[in-house]
Amino acid sequence: MEDSRRQFLKITGIAALGLSTASTAGVLAADQGPQPYTRKGDEALTAKQWGLVIDTTKIDHELAEKITEACHTTHNVPFFDPEIVGPEVAKRHEIKWIWETHYHNAFVDSGSNNYMSEEVEHRPFLVLCNHCEAPPCCRACPTEATYKRDDGIVIMNFHRCIGCRFCMAACPYGSRSFNFRDPRPFIKETNLKWPTRSKGVVEKCNFCVERLAVGKAPACVEASDGAIVFGDLEDPDSHIREVLREHYTTRRRVSLGTGPAVYYII
Amino acid sequence: MNDKNKVIAGIVIFFVLLTSPFWYNLLAAKTPAPEVVLTAKAKAAKVCVRDTAWMKANHMQLLDEWRDAVVLKSERIYVSPDGKEYNMSLSNTCLDCHSNYTEFCQRCHEYASIEPYCWECHINNPKETE
Repeated sequence: MEDSRRQFLKITGIAALGLSTASTAGVLAADQGPQPYTRKGDEALTAKQWGLVIDTTKIDHELAEKITEACHTTHNVPFFDPEIVGPEVAKRHEIKWIWETHYHNAFVDSGSNNYMSEEVEHRPFLVLCNHCEAPPCCRACPTEATYKRDDGIVIMNFHRCIGCRFCMAACPYGSRSFNFRDPRPFIKETNLKWPTRSKGVVEKCNFCVERLAVGKAPACVEASDGAIVFGDLEDPDSHIREVLREHYTTRRRVSLGTGPAVYYII
Repeated sequence: MNDKNKVIAGIVIFFVLLTSPFWYNLLAAKTPAPEVVLTAKAKAAKVCVRDTAWMKANHMQLLDEWRDAVVLKSERIYVSPDGKEYNMSLSNTCLDCHSNYTEFCQRCHEYASIEPYCWECHINNPKETE
């Protein structure tokens, strides 16, 4: 009895071993052909921390509108016309990636100056997502739909967004907008090369990652006639660093510790 | 035990009913698989990113990988096993050839009774609207 049990266990053990090697060999033998892979494009622009310098002395209301238009048409940002949907709805549903604002709204904590230059006070200031070094929106997002890329761009993965709007509450710059309704009927001219958004997701500036990937400058930079400079903030030899060395610049709400990557020449 | 026959009959009927979908499928005429129409451009290209049979079975996984590569890794070029390079873009690559949504995508999706919501954002047909 003892003998036959021992025999049985031996045979089973050897059989199991044989079977497992056979199946492993099968897996190893299959799929030996060339495998598909993905890679970055050859002309893609790369950086450690992308940043912008906006020369506010060169931007008037007309140019600001042109820049905003260029950004918003590139990315299919809807426009809710106050004359059609009413001023209140237009304001509540407004979607903006880059927009024009007053000095006191742009630089909230620098408003202590009672007697400031009238020219500066009435100048249009273009504001957008600051692509912060320590983005509070990314910490707030429960689904990791928004995150900071290796090149410093704070980007959204719309597929993951559940529309909770924690990021909007976390962003101190108001750079994020929520799609309370389907944006498609409100897009003036659709850019067919770029998707729209659906109802229930947050959206914001993406630093034109799709343009950087094919070696183009962001749409706002291209439309700005040289008033906006983009480049790698961590590369001391980059053009943007040269501009920063030569001009006095400031950033929005630095005291909060978010580390904005958008600089302003005042 | 006087109701033995009734109980057994009941059990048999129960099992027949339980397995009725299988019987129905065996006996009823098969719903024919939908025929998809290729656009002239798709016909001219002859091959998709991968071969047709593979694409039929795996295009959703491929799109999922493409999405992750583009959005998360910022890699936009797909090199297929035969060495050809493609821009990983649903709107600009896939739907550029397959620009006939109702005759291509929708037919199979309806047959399989699934409703992918890709088109809520990705523009359905670049050329049709152009």
